[in-house]
Amino acid sequence: MSTAMFGAPVRRHEDARLLTGAGRYLDDLGHRALAAAFVRSPHAHARVSDIDVTAAAEVDGVVAIFTYEDLTGRMAEPLPLLIPHPALHAPRTAYPLARGEVNHVGEPVVMVVARDRYLAEDAAARVVVSYDPLPAVVGLPAARSARHAVHPDVPDNVAAHLVQAVGEVDTAIAAAPHVLELDLEIERSASTPLEGKGVYARWNSDEGSLRVYTSTQASTSVRAAVAAKLGLPLVKVDCIAPDVGGGFGVKIVHPWPEEVLVAWAAQRLAALAPEGIKWTEDRWEHFVSSAHERGQLQHVRVGFDSDGRLLGLDVTIWHDNGAYTPYGIIVPIITSTQLLGPYKPGAYRCEFFSLYTNTVIVTPYRGAGRPQGVFAMERTMDAIADHLGLDRAEVRAVNFIAAEEMPYDQGLIFQDGRPLIYDSGDFAATLDKLKALVGWSDFQAYREQARAAGRRVGIGLACYVEGTGVGPYEGGHVQVETSGKVMVATGLTSQGQGHQTVLAQIVADELGVDFDDVEVTTGDTRRFGYAVGTFASRAAVMSGNAVALAARKVRQKALRIAGEALEADPSDLEIVSGVVRVKGAPASAIPLSTVAVLSNPLRYAFDEAAKAATQFAVGDTSKPPVAEDDEPGLEARDFYSPTQSTFANGMHAVIVETDPDTAEVRVLRYCVVHDCGPLINPMIVEGQVHGGVAQGVAGALYERMVYDDAGQLLNASFMDFLMPYASEIPTVEIDHLETPSPLNPLGIKGAGEAGVIPGSAVIASAIEDAEGFVIRRMPISPSELFELRASYAAGRVPGLRRTSGERTDPRTRPGHSPDNDSPDNDSPDKET
Amino acid sequence: MSGGRITALKPAPFGYSAPASLAEALAVLAEVGEHAKVLAGGQSLLPLLSMRLAAPRHLVDINRVPGLDRVEIVDGSVRVGALVRHTDLERHEGAAAAQPLLRQALRLVGHPTIRNRGTCVGSIAHADPAAELPGVLVVLGGRVEASTAWGSRQVPAAEFFLSPLETALRPGELATSVSFPVAGPRTGTAFVELSRRRGDYALVGVAAVVELAPDTSISSARVGLVSVGPTPLLVDLSEVLVGRPGGARELAAAAALALEHAEPEADIHASAQYRARLVEVLTTRALAQALANASHEEAA
Repeated sequence: MSTAMFGAPVRRHEDARLLTGAGRYLDDLGHRALAAAFVRSPHAHARVSDIDVTAAAEVDGVVAIFTYEDLTGRMAEPLPLLIPHPALHAPRTAYPLARGEVNHVGEPVVMVVARDRYLAEDAAARVVVSYDPLPAVVGLPAARSARHAVHPDVPDNVAAHLVQAVGEVDTAIAAAPHVLELDLEIERSASTPLEGKGVYARWNSDEGSLRVYTSTQASTSVRAAVAAKLGLPLVKVDCIAPDVGGGFGVKIVHPWPEEVLVAWAAQRLAALAPEGIKWTEDRWEHFVSSAHERGQLQHVRVGFDSDGRLLGLDVTIWHDNGAYTPYGIIVPIITSTQLLGPYKPGAYRCEFFSLYTNTVIVTPYRGAGRPQGVFAMERTMDAIADHLGLDRAEVRAVNFIAAEEMPYDQGLIFQDGRPLIYDSGDFAATLDKLKALVGWSDFQAYREQARAAGRRVGIGLACYVEGTGVGPYEGGHVQVETSGKVMVATGLTSQGQGHQTVLAQIVADELGVDFDDVEVTTGDTRRFGYAVGTFASRAAVMSGNAVALAARKVRQKALRIAGEALEADPSDLEIVSGVVRVKGAPASAIPLSTVAVLSNPLRYAFDEAAKAATQFAVGDTSKPPVAEDDEPGLEARDFYSPTQSTFANGMHAVIVETDPDTAEVRVLRYCVVHDCGPLINPMIVEGQVHGGVAQGVAGALYERMVYDDAGQLLNASFMDFLMPYASEIPTVEIDHLETPSPLNPLGIKGAGEAGVIPGSAVIASAIEDAEGFVIRRMPISPSELFELRASYAAGRVPGLRRTSGERTDPRTRPGHSPDNDSPDNDSPDKET
Repeated sequence: MSGGRITALKPAPFGYSAPASLAEALAVLAEVGEHAKVLAGGQSLLPLLSMRLAAPRHLVDINRVPGLDRVEIVDGSVRVGALVRHTDLERHEGAAAAQPLLRQALRLVGHPTIRNRGTCVGSIAHADPAAELPGVLVVLGGRVEASTAWGSRQVPAAEFFLSPLETALRPGELATSVSFPVAGPRTGTAFVELSRRRGDYALVGVAAVVELAPDTSISSARVGLVSVGPTPLLVDLSEVLVGRPGGARELAAAAALALEHAEPEADIHASAQYRARLVEVLTTRALAQALANASHEEAA
């Protein structure tokens, strides 16, 4: 570790380029390509009875128009079900272009290829599609009622049904001294990266090969999908993720219809499109034809003792998966398992129904089901605390898994099909840090002081555990060039997180070279063909460890070759700033660039340095120039494949102020304590937390998808979809705890999603505290808070015990025994 | 624009002229008439074109027309030319001194990047009922200069706004300037709004003008309400405030009167009841601020 880059707040390699407009995003490529545009369904549910392209074909500049009928071979099959699961008993995926039926507004029906996008849109506007509208299933109540079905062969709209249980929850709850029930609701939002999707494909007729650029989080897998759909050998398809302007989950889904269609058309129209075909998604398309997340209804039944300790937790979830299930049921599986957070639930049972609706598909968005699970658990914790008249932090603390209980097996199966075993964490320590950071104990006085001045303030907290670094594997390739530059490649992609910087930090340390001499390439199948993708807060854990392992191999080889050259034992050597030298005798040294030259025995010397590696320069004629178990070159690749995910955790606390007159909610303080193990680059981790918190606040106070009953998305623009501006986001105060993971060589855990996870839970907690009545539904707008206040005043929304004077700490109530506390069992906390 | 079904984010074909003089601009407008749209800052027009919610046959880009970028204080008015950007007027010290309500409202228009390009006259000609400047024009009783190749006319604010995105401008007319009366003595103004995000169109916005008599009682009071009707609404509150000092109870009565004139409706961002409540709250706040500013004027 001569350079000690690991842990340093290094400025990002990427920024000079990206911040000065020198980034190369999808739409910066292929300026001479033809353009594709799509005719999309204006109906949420309809049969397609006829498509008339006559008028469209007459538009000057139109090259081709395709409908489902034109699709050939495997293109005519449904798009793949990426992640099958035994509980997903009725999976459905779309066709690349609608085959006789559309199931959400925005579903692609016709593809137009023209000289430019304007002409393509003009032509698309002239395509006449005749629809026979069908009843639309919009929203979870409609899906559950099953009065109408999204897919006729799935009459109950249930795509998947899964029950996981640990212990006997009914028995545990029946025996519990206290029982509460909560009905919860969380609405849709979406990843909404500033750059939408896009794909640019070019067929090379001379080579019979295809190059696909796509704004994706999984270029290796897009490559495989496109090759399969087009019937091409994998080696004839390259797939490259250029600079990607944000993903947040939506770009892990693949292949999108447009990805295969543009690639297919590029091959089919090769003679007419020598520069390829490009499609850049516009904002409206992104809203109605990519993916959303978060929409769930939840019912919680919880039994607990008088200290607030969970005895039995029974959760039922109705999850809105939209029109199709290409990404399987990852989101509700994560909700139902990560719901447990840092707690021991006693007996636990979680049942979910994943339901079809005639809306945009639901696939992971940063947090990926965790925000909903944390919402359920943390609303429950607050309800327990209020019911018992206990401090909310205290109730959480009594339920924590202790640090000495790690690793801790929750007894469930996680999203990767492996046991849910927490590897590390010290939750009590995290809570202590958070309480100190936000001033938890002093808040009571502050609240009373504010109230006396006519202000309403409240404090909330929420805890989460996040499985990160999910497998199966990532790989890395590290090559020292004869210039001394170190070229690193990993297959997973970057969407702006800073992988080029972080991976370079790791390799610089492992290899003993300068950070500036390391250049990292991500997401380019020409450089690295095996990868899974960037999601699940996994890039640093997976590719970080993979490049570290590859760098260690390179280091070993460099020491061996240098040892031969310096006639020294490799164990006596060190590498400092790109120079291999004898420890304690730095004059006896050889630069890595020279080692790279020596690693590759040459017949031809192409420059002065290369002469050193030619056949007449290299010594021992009794040995083959390349040993039997060796390879030329100072390079190596390696893979990291863990047995299970690693579990990061954190806790957030916020202080909000609600305007007594306008019901505006202002976040006065937002505090985060976060444990992702050792920080590779604290500045990048904090940036990740800031961005995550921004999306958490967004989901709690601003963003939602407003569908009308007919399935029209009413706010499909940034004018009406209220992605917050910087002006809406509070200053984020961060403290870290660094408990290393025992699972990987670097001891690290993921950090990408953490900031977003408890957003709705913690803000609901604080609003509830400020207002004195229960909050069961998020997000919440000022208008909704205003209406809730009216409902509370009218007695339709229950108040908190702690503010309505019903404080009844059963431990201190005279004559209390669990047996006579039965009213709890009969007065479940009803839906608001 | 909530709920509009969009089909593409690329404009339909249109013709384009960039006249180099006012005469030329008016000649082009006379020729293309109702099929033309004037392009100044483009902050409202271009999104409408891109969403194909508007598909005019012809755009007349007036950005090269000289002489339209002036702010003048003449004849008791702040006269703002058709190419004056929001930022120009916001930062104009003379205008701010002559009519403080302008700066008070302009800082709430969009974001700096929008204000750098968008024009004051364009915002008024666009006539979005949630926009700030139409409310300012109405509450101040300003006027719009509408020019054609044959001459010009002055359209009073009260007659200018007809319905959402519809004004009294006729085909072939160019709004060459707007005039905002300067503030009188002992006058205070305020613009208060509530928007979901900073810079968004307001859920409700209130522009208030309060004049004090020499004895510091209120001599006139009126508000312009935006986002609670098809056009900005002018409500004269003199009947409940004239001759009074403007205490809490009087402001509440004024707010109630304002609400009687408002037509709050529900949309995806707010219920009608909530908007109604905001009319009262924000009217009270705007009047209180305007009163304070008037008293400050008085003291100064």
